[in-house]
Amino acid sequence: MELYWYIILMTMLTIYVILDGYDFGAGIIHLFFAKTEKDKKAVTNAIGPFWDANEVWLIAVGGVLFFAFPTLYASSFSGFYLPLMMILWLLIFRAIGLELRGQIKNRMWEVIWDKAFGIASLLLALFFGIALGNIVRGVNLGMVTDGVSTHEPHFFFLPLWNSSFSPHSEHLGVIDWFTLMLGLVGVISLAIHGANWIIFKTNSDLNPKLKKVIFNLNFVLLALVIISLSTWHIIDPNPFRNFLEHPWLIIFPLIAFTGLFGLFKVRSFKKDGLGFLFSTLFLLGGLASTVASIFPKVLPSTNDVNPSLTLYNVAAHEYGLAIGVYWFVIAALLVAVYMFVQYRVFRGKMDDVGYGDH
Amino acid sequence: MEDMLFYDRMQFAFTITFHYLFPQLTMGLSLMIVYFKWRFLRTKIDKYNDAAKFWMKIFALNFAMGVVTGIPMEFQFGTNWAKFSELTGGIIGQTLAMEGMFSFFLESSFLGLFLFGEKLMGQKLHFLTGFLVFLGSWASGYLIIATHSWMQYPVGYEILENGKFVLNNFGALFSNPWLMPAFLHNQMGSVITSSFVVASIGAFYLLNNKHSEFGKLFVKTGVIFGLISSILIAFPTGDWAAKNVAKHQPVTFAAMEGIFETEDGGAEIILIGQPDVENKKLDNKIAVPNVLSFLTYQRWDAQIKGLNEFDESVYPTNIPGLYYSYHIMVGLGTIFIGLMLIASIQLYRKKLYTTKWVLWALMFMLPFPYIANTAGWYTAELGRQPWLVYNLLRTADGISPTVSSGNTLFTLLGFIGLYALLGLLFIMLAVKIIHKGPETSKHN
Repeated sequence: MELYWYIILMTMLTIYVILDGYDFGAGIIHLFFAKTEKDKKAVTNAIGPFWDANEVWLIAVGGVLFFAFPTLYASSFSGFYLPLMMILWLLIFRAIGLELRGQIKNRMWEVIWDKAFGIASLLLALFFGIALGNIVRGVNLGMVTDGVSTHEPHFFFLPLWNSSFSPHSEHLGVIDWFTLMLGLVGVISLAIHGANWIIFKTNSDLNPKLKKVIFNLNFVLLALVIISLSTWHIIDPNPFRNFLEHPWLIIFPLIAFTGLFGLFKVRSFKKDGLGFLFSTLFLLGGLASTVASIFPKVLPSTNDVNPSLTLYNVAAHEYGLAIGVYWFVIAALLVAVYMFVQYRVFRGKMDDVGYGDH
Repeated sequence: MEDMLFYDRMQFAFTITFHYLFPQLTMGLSLMIVYFKWRFLRTKIDKYNDAAKFWMKIFALNFAMGVVTGIPMEFQFGTNWAKFSELTGGIIGQTLAMEGMFSFFLESSFLGLFLFGEKLMGQKLHFLTGFLVFLGSWASGYLIIATHSWMQYPVGYEILENGKFVLNNFGALFSNPWLMPAFLHNQMGSVITSSFVVASIGAFYLLNNKHSEFGKLFVKTGVIFGLISSILIAFPTGDWAAKNVAKHQPVTFAAMEGIFETEDGGAEIILIGQPDVENKKLDNKIAVPNVLSFLTYQRWDAQIKGLNEFDESVYPTNIPGLYYSYHIMVGLGTIFIGLMLIASIQLYRKKLYTTKWVLWALMFMLPFPYIANTAGWYTAELGRQPWLVYNLLRTADGISPTVSSGNTLFTLLGFIGLYALLGLLFIMLAVKIIHKGPETSKHN
């Protein structure tokens, strides 16, 4: 039962990253590459009718985590207290930036909310990458000092950083050079993903420029991926053991690399949706590979005193998980219908949707 | 430890109070927008569609505020109340996850269609999307109140040796006797807020001789919805909810009614007075004898237990706060019924739009439903203290063990600053929409 819910949760998380990922990416593109009013309109029209529903996936992921793995929810949300609060505040800034910009026709007003939207999107992409880094690196569960747990074995607290910025230090922080590197992977990959979405959903004048941007950023992304993989052994001495034991898992890295290398051909794509497909593959494969590498752990312990959190020792009781499947299947089918309707009504190019013109 | 508990409670209280200012309007307003849209479909009179469109703008603004202040609520169970989440997540996680899956997806998917899709979909489908937004928002309220009801009156659970609550009866979460009264009472509160807001804006337009056609429509619709909901919130839903408290949380009932001593021969109902908890008495009391006994048990001489019957360790943590919240709620509720009755009579006599003083009263009523709803929730929440799960888990035992009070104060200050900004922006934009007023246009 735990395994089913683990798969459900990871699938939902991946859907969230792919969907809200293009919103964050569009925000980054908006910040750095949308110069004219027309460009900016193109970006916000492309995500306007979708971003709110996309963000619901985050709430749904949080809800399912709470319900199916309450110990993990309690442990990680209190342990990552500060970064989560920052994420909340950034989500608020991003949302009001998007929603308020068009409310008043004033140059200064527009500039303020454009920046709020763009900068918050950039920092959110960074923070989500850093979050992934923290999960694979692990934390000091039970807050062990001198070989003794100072708290219950599944609780911890991480400050934002410690002065050494090292993933190996006895006193870990949320931000160290390793997690920061994954944060950059997050920024670059989501910027590419967002650019692909804009190309897919609009006919804007920005599109040819974005194809060049994607092509160039893809080199940066490839470099970051190579550096990450070659330093991965520092946080996990044997990251490939699951892939050696279960060779079918190799499909996930293969998917990721298909997406990554496919994007080098972005300038010759005939169909506008193809780029988005490839960046989706990269996110899906990359996320699944990372999660698979620590399976069945969901939050590794960095000390020898307390065991890692695995999906088996953080799950809710059997009865609740079993009954949850019934309502979840019904709800998931309904969500599929809503998404079908939503993407059907707003199919094709979105240049005329007039988002923010109220 | 004391500080940790204090800041955790302050942060939750502050963020939930601010958050609930928005859903209480949107839940009721979605019903009224569906009503305007339905009238338009039936009568084909453009005025109704224009009214729906105007209120959609207010709705969208409130909805956005509700969403951005709502996400922190879900997060805070884990960030600030980790022990509570760990112990009860298998139960309350159930209803909270259902809220995300069943109502938020419904609301957000169809709100996009409702706001941007009128031209693409045609009028009937547009009505349908509005109805689905309404359904989603009420489903959300239902599932939140189901969660709340379990904390007030836990059912369908067992407690394991390690202290964890596990669910053993899913159906019990929804047949909980606390749920239906609390849900209906809360939804009526929400309809009151929206009807008073609609009537208030209508009165503002009439008094200013601006958008008079809409002013009349808003006042009329607001008064009719307002009268019905003001009555329903007292009887049967409020009555029903209070009886639940009397039955299942007698010490809370004594505190909120301000009954310090059990009286033989029936309990009085206290209208005004200040509780002096230190000396266990009520100062400056104005009360009506035997009425509380009658309202609670339909017998003039029924005994109601006073606070003296209970051990101080189970006293509600903040008795004066609880007492005032309850009395503010009931007092305002009574004023709402009175004003709406007068306005309805004037409406029936076709004199409402020219009776200036009633219009002024309706206009100035705007903030009071918000105060009444907030006070009502404070009654429920302060009434449950010192428990998170009534009689089973103390609030002090539910906080996150590793988050220091300094970190919580930091984020509390952050929320205060950020929400002050949000509040200012909200008022600015709401005033702008109201000042501009509804637009008349031709459809179809």
